[in-house]
Amino acid sequence: MFDFLWRKKTASFTGGIILDGHKHVSKIITPPIAKELVYPLFLASNRYAKSCVKIGDYVKKGQVIATPDSPLSTPIHAASSGTITAIEKRLIAHPSGLAENCIILQTDGLETVLEAEPCLDYQQQNREFLREKIHLAGIVGLGGAAFPTAKKLNNSQPIHTLIINAAECEPYISCDESLAIRSAKNIIQGTLIIQHILQTARCIIAIEDSKPEAYAALLSAIKTTDIQIQKVPSIYPAGGEKQLIQAITGQKIPAQKLIFESGFICQNIATSFAIYQAIILGMPLTERVITVTGAGIKQAQNLQAKIGTPIKDLVQACQGYTNHAEQLIMGGPMMGIALASDDIAIIKTSNCLLIEPLKQADTQPCIRCGDCAEVCPSELLPQQLYWYSRSQEWDNCTDYQLADCIECGCCDVVCPSKIPLVQAFRIAKAEITQKHRQTEQAALAKERFENQQHRKLRIAQEKAQQLAKRKAAIEKMKAAAAQRKLN
Amino acid sequence: MLVLCLIFAFLGLLLGYAYKKLKVQSDPLVEQINDLLPQTQCGQCNYIGCKPYAEAIANNEAEINQCPPNGEAGILALANLLGKEVKPLNPEFGEQKAPAVAFIIEQDCIGCVKCIPPCPVDAILGASKQMHTVIAAECTGCELCISPCPVDCIIMRPLEKSANHWQWTDHV
Repeated sequence: MFDFLWRKKTASFTGGIILDGHKHVSKIITPPIAKELVYPLFLASNRYAKSCVKIGDYVKKGQVIATPDSPLSTPIHAASSGTITAIEKRLIAHPSGLAENCIILQTDGLETVLEAEPCLDYQQQNREFLREKIHLAGIVGLGGAAFPTAKKLNNSQPIHTLIINAAECEPYISCDESLAIRSAKNIIQGTLIIQHILQTARCIIAIEDSKPEAYAALLSAIKTTDIQIQKVPSIYPAGGEKQLIQAITGQKIPAQKLIFESGFICQNIATSFAIYQAIILGMPLTERVITVTGAGIKQAQNLQAKIGTPIKDLVQACQGYTNHAEQLIMGGPMMGIALASDDIAIIKTSNCLLIEPLKQADTQPCIRCGDCAEVCPSELLPQQLYWYSRSQEWDNCTDYQLADCIECGCCDVVCPSKIPLVQAFRIAKAEITQKHRQTEQAALAKERFENQQHRKLRIAQEKAQQLAKRKAAIEKMKAAAAQRKLN
Repeated sequence: MLVLCLIFAFLGLLLGYAYKKLKVQSDPLVEQINDLLPQTQCGQCNYIGCKPYAEAIANNEAEINQCPPNGEAGILALANLLGKEVKPLNPEFGEQKAPAVAFIIEQDCIGCVKCIPPCPVDAILGASKQMHTVIAAECTGCELCISPCPVDCIIMRPLEKSANHWQWTDHV
């Protein structure tokens, strides 16, 4: 799927490998509107949206169809006009391959737009207002984490450097690059809005040195601003937050620390563009650029796709499959997830669809060569972690900082024995999370049980006291009666 | 000399204070054992809750393999803590089941409140002649509410498969 060239020579950040790009930067094509758009109400783990439309409702393009239902959720907007035909379980773009409740929108092709509320004088607006507008536009980090952007921009600590991530280090993916070439000016406008919200003095756009056209476009767009642009070497994973900061500032962010604790914030350029659309044009996030590529597709290209479009419609817009199409991956070859069907809709974070022939890997035993430790950008010991996760020694996994693994896949690529290391780490992480969850549940049950015991004891004591009081009162009355008789 | 006396007096007072203030209320071993138990409070071990069972283990009155919800992993953890031999789960006390929560079939519920007192974690909501329901997030799956129900309207439901609870496993 990708050719691993060799481990890097220059020291811009720790670890990493040089990969063959396989990037076919093309003009962004707008595909025809799909007949059906599908919106899952499950957004990410512990994040749900609640449908606010009924079956049979007519919705306009840009209308809210689902509202946030958990603290870190964002609203969902219709990407085209049409009728809601169902709210039912459909397969979703998730590694589980499970079906979740989705809103189904049958498009009418008219693209009737809900009236937009642009805000051109954003510099006069307060930060709270702009953040709320970003939240209502349903913007999440488009680089892949899907963290709500409005929450990210609500910094409790001062931020000294804003980094706009245009590195796009994963092979095959070129959606950010083509977006930068097409809309450099608007990306810069979006960046200025973020800078205004955060009140940061320094803003750096980071881009890989293998993208001269996008670099030139961004360079000419930043002329009248104080935004800087900096090239980073094309080493995977240069686009990881911590790796990117180390590559451009030389500062290493400690393990287990978030980058904002050190005064940094990272935003993807596609997010920057979405913020421009939300504030200046008043448009919610309903479309994104997606790369459809790989040996299994007839015409690899970048598409301006409506979020909610089924994958099969995008494939059709790229002239369909070749006979090498054996597996479908959402995301890049390094970190993407395999999907079982093309009848799944793309979501806000879908940056790439990779259709490739299936590769059989025959796993050999580990020879302890140590190549994985050399390329690990988080400076972990993958082979050691692999032994611990195989033997289910979860405490040792935690001690060896498994939580710092960013699942970039460098160790998988260099492993001469073709061991699926990242897969083992994902399982280990899931087991550890599960154990934590069970401990929490047990603590809750224990607390409730103890509360009940205390309550039962208290009630019994109160009853006994009341009984004693009543007895005493009766005694008193008896005594009084006896006294009266005597008199 | 005087200074030394003062220091000793002070330290003596400090120790006395610490003894009063930091006195361990309960047996630490019982707490340690209790922390390894699943807190389902189901009573399958023949004790009326996890803590009494923990006390019994600490006093060598009960074996470590009497807790079906804890399973083999739990027995292993207890064996490690107590330096005892690992034993298979004693089938006399039941067998380990997949996690499940109680569910009340609401149209069948007559509102008799008989299921409410047995619940060890107060996870059943209801009042006399009103329909009852189980707060699924708080239910430990102990099954103690099943037998008191006169109309058999409480069933155990396995935890639903959803993307939110899903996790990576070997066979993906």
